[in-house]
Amino acid sequence: MSEVTQPQLGLLGWLRWMWRQLTSMRTALLLLLLLAIAAVPGSTFPQRSINATRTAQWIADHPTAGKVLDRLGFFEVYASPWFAAIYLLLFVSLVGCVLPRAKVHWKALRTRPPRAPKHPDRLGAAHVVTVDGSPDQVLEQWRAALRRSRFRVDSHDESSVSAEKGYLKETGNLLFHLALIGIIVGVGWGHVFGWKGDVILPEGKTFANTISRYDTFAPGPSVDVNDLTPWTVTLTRLDAVFEDDPAVKGQLGMPRDFTAHVDYARDPGGAATLETIKVNHPLETTDGTVFLLGNGYAPHITVRDATGTVIYSDATPFLAQDNNYKSVGAVKVPGATPKDLGFAGLFLPTGTITSHGPTSIFPQPLDPYLALTVFEGELFPDGAPQSVYSLDTSHLTQLTQEGTSDPLRLWIKKGQTMELPGGRGSITFDGVDRWAGLSIRTDPGKSLTLAAALLALAGLIAMLTVRRRRVFVRVSEAQPGPDGSPRTLVRVGGLAKDDDEGMGEVLTDLAERVHPRTSTGPSAARPKDRRTTDE
Amino acid sequence: MSDLALAQLSMASLYSAMGVLTLAMLAYAAHLAWLLPARSEAKDLKAAQAAHAAERQRELAPVGGGPTAGGEHPAYEVGDASTEAHDEEPLRARKAAGIAGALSILGTLLLTAAVVLRGLEVHRMPLGNMFEFAITGAMFVMLAYTGWSLRRDLRWLGVFITGPVLITLGMAVTVWYVDAAELMPSLKSYWLVIHVTIATIAMALFGIGAAINGLYLWQDRVEGGTTRSFMNRLPAARQLEKLAYGLHVIAFPLWTFTVIAGAIWARQAWGSYWNWDPKEVWSFVIWVVYAAYLHARVTSGWRRQNAAMIALAGFACIIVNYGIVNVFFVGQHSYSGL
Ligand code: HEM
Repeated sequence: MSEVTQPQLGLLGWLRWMWRQLTSMRTALLLLLLLAIAAVPGSTFPQRSINATRTAQWIADHPTAGKVLDRLGFFEVYASPWFAAIYLLLFVSLVGCVLPRAKVHWKALRTRPPRAPKHPDRLGAAHVVTVDGSPDQVLEQWRAALRRSRFRVDSHDESSVSAEKGYLKETGNLLFHLALIGIIVGVGWGHVFGWKGDVILPEGKTFANTISRYDTFAPGPSVDVNDLTPWTVTLTRLDAVFEDDPAVKGQLGMPRDFTAHVDYARDPGGAATLETIKVNHPLETTDGTVFLLGNGYAPHITVRDATGTVIYSDATPFLAQDNNYKSVGAVKVPGATPKDLGFAGLFLPTGTITSHGPTSIFPQPLDPYLALTVFEGELFPDGAPQSVYSLDTSHLTQLTQEGTSDPLRLWIKKGQTMELPGGRGSITFDGVDRWAGLSIRTDPGKSLTLAAALLALAGLIAMLTVRRRRVFVRVSEAQPGPDGSPRTLVRVGGLAKDDDEGMGEVLTDLAERVHPRTSTGPSAARPKDRRTTDE
Repeated sequence: MSDLALAQLSMASLYSAMGVLTLAMLAYAAHLAWLLPARSEAKDLKAAQAAHAAERQRELAPVGGGPTAGGEHPAYEVGDASTEAHDEEPLRARKAAGIAGALSILGTLLLTAAVVLRGLEVHRMPLGNMFEFAITGAMFVMLAYTGWSLRRDLRWLGVFITGPVLITLGMAVTVWYVDAAELMPSLKSYWLVIHVTIATIAMALFGIGAAINGLYLWQDRVEGGTTRSFMNRLPAARQLEKLAYGLHVIAFPLWTFTVIAGAIWARQAWGSYWNWDPKEVWSFVIWVVYAAYLHARVTSGWRRQNAAMIALAGFACIIVNYGIVNVFFVGQHSYSGL
């Protein structure tokens, strides 16, 4: 028999050993420290999920290190296998540690405090006193006092009381650790069933919550992207306030307030309500929450052909590059003749030309300009998707100033029209709208995460502040008083978990309450005192 | 009063606080220096150590000793104050400590006035930038220290509190100073008040805890040795360790709350409660490190000294989070524009 079972037992024993190692406090501690260290690179290296452009730039700037670090997951630390390995091991360890503890605690909650020792006064904190009254009376007084102090009270024999309190400490500990698991579940739930999308919406335009209307959309693995509720928002106006008091040093042009005024309709075509979306004030819709996370300008541009026919007329969003909203963008006119026309360049809300070229000196549209260069040729050579803010110039040629090889530069003030050379028509800068950068997100796990986090906090406070304490009282008959009345020798001892400086005080308080007059009498814990009262 | 007058008054108050706290620090330092036995005879040293041991004995003894505790002591001396040590204390050391205590209360009041005036000047909680954060944090440290001093003899700690506080204030007025300004839109939220106030209080307590833990590790090395040092007059290592733990036990839930409140606010402002923005990463790291400290303290086989080191590492992370991440890292917490 041993031939067969021995190796099996070995494997089982080995597994059991592994499990015990994993669920030990030591391992938990090391994993915690490891988790802290592993989280750091995510703050020192750009992260792809947060800023893909900066990440790509970093890798381009450091070709060798970039490639190696990318392979190792340093640009996606919190989604990397090694980061996951640490926290998953931690949580396996957590479960393996907490569940058995919960079972023990469940039993402890329903068992009586243990039998009082023969000499309770030999415990760490003690109190010995001789008082009036029979042992039974005195014991009853102590019972009442302990109950009032919310001890759980029990007796294993006639002459003693055992009391215990502070069960909440362990309850708090278990609650805290289990709630940590709740947080992980909530976060995971949100990732799997949540989605988020971004859209740039110029003033006057309407957005409907369907996948095709999003500029970017990132669904969790279990999201049915065709099942979005098609509510709509129309951006009626975007207010932007910037510091315009030059007396405030260093703050001129700093953002002060952004408010998007929208018409929100639960159903397309249904009744709309007026709503505002601000930075700390998102709009809750029937499916997703709408956050105002960006804004910018959408200059209204009209392009006409040689005959004066409008071939392009639209508010075209430009992306802000700095605090004064120097913005880049492109206008694509595929219907132009003889070839597609493309304009690329800058929008400047308060434009000026410096030695470094066109720039903006204030974020508000006080004196708006467009600074554009012009291309012609094929705008969408292979039909591949491209950015709306720049031109794919691979099949385009740049127009030059007539008779020179200098590129043609258009500097157009708001309201102006510029003729394009060679009978290509004209471009007009009609006016300026703003756009709102809206981010729409759902996170079905967030309530669970929040609830778990608050439970963890409650458990933490209980575990760190509640003290587990045991008090034992033993009484015996003492020599009767001069008038023959019964007297009782009381020996009280206290036992606390960990180093608990307050235990002595608790005993003194209790003793004072039970025996108000005698409490100033001899105190225990001083061997010489004890000898005088002990017979 | 105009905002400009408030600003001037606030700065005047701040500089006065720094002057007064500098004097307090010097007086605390003098206190410690004069505690050293004046003559270097071994006899004196023995006496000092005996007194120290007696003091410790008293602190460890259960309460309720009453009149038997030390026969000849006048009644008003009975309590936390370690009377034996006082008798041994050179008069000038005691005087220095008295002056230091009064000065630190005055300095704390001036610092509080500076913070309140700054708040009135900017019409909000003064927690909108590094400068305001630093002076408010320093204020909480001083409030905690002076408040706690009323209940406990903490004169030995004074120099280790006022020193770092002065460094912080010095950094605030030189490197981090910015004129009063309105907040950027993302900071306009009552969550700023909740989140940042609690964070600052937690950091203040972690800071005092770190100072005491540092002293603990130091005391632990020199304790029982024969080197003559003012450390002989500080509480025993075991005592220091417990004091530090007590502070961490308060600060850790506060920090936990800070992280939760920050997540709620992040969801309001940025659309997602956790973005692994550098500031969030470091708040998380700090939380995990302090959790490890609390764990280490109850892990059998782990020395208290190592646990204390973890706590100190936690405070190092706080310094990184505040001094480095705020200034040099790119993240949402530092975005200008929108
Ligand atoms: C997710 C990471 C964890 C965190 C943040 C954490 C945090 C904490 C904290 C703050 C304490 C309080 C210590 C004190 O009373 O001073 C504690 C206690 C405790 N933890 Fe954890 N813990 C984690 C994981 C674990 C794991 C994996 C285990 C099991 C191996 C574990 C077992 C315990 C036990 C048994 C105690 C109680 C110690 C006692 O008071 O006797 N914890 N934990």
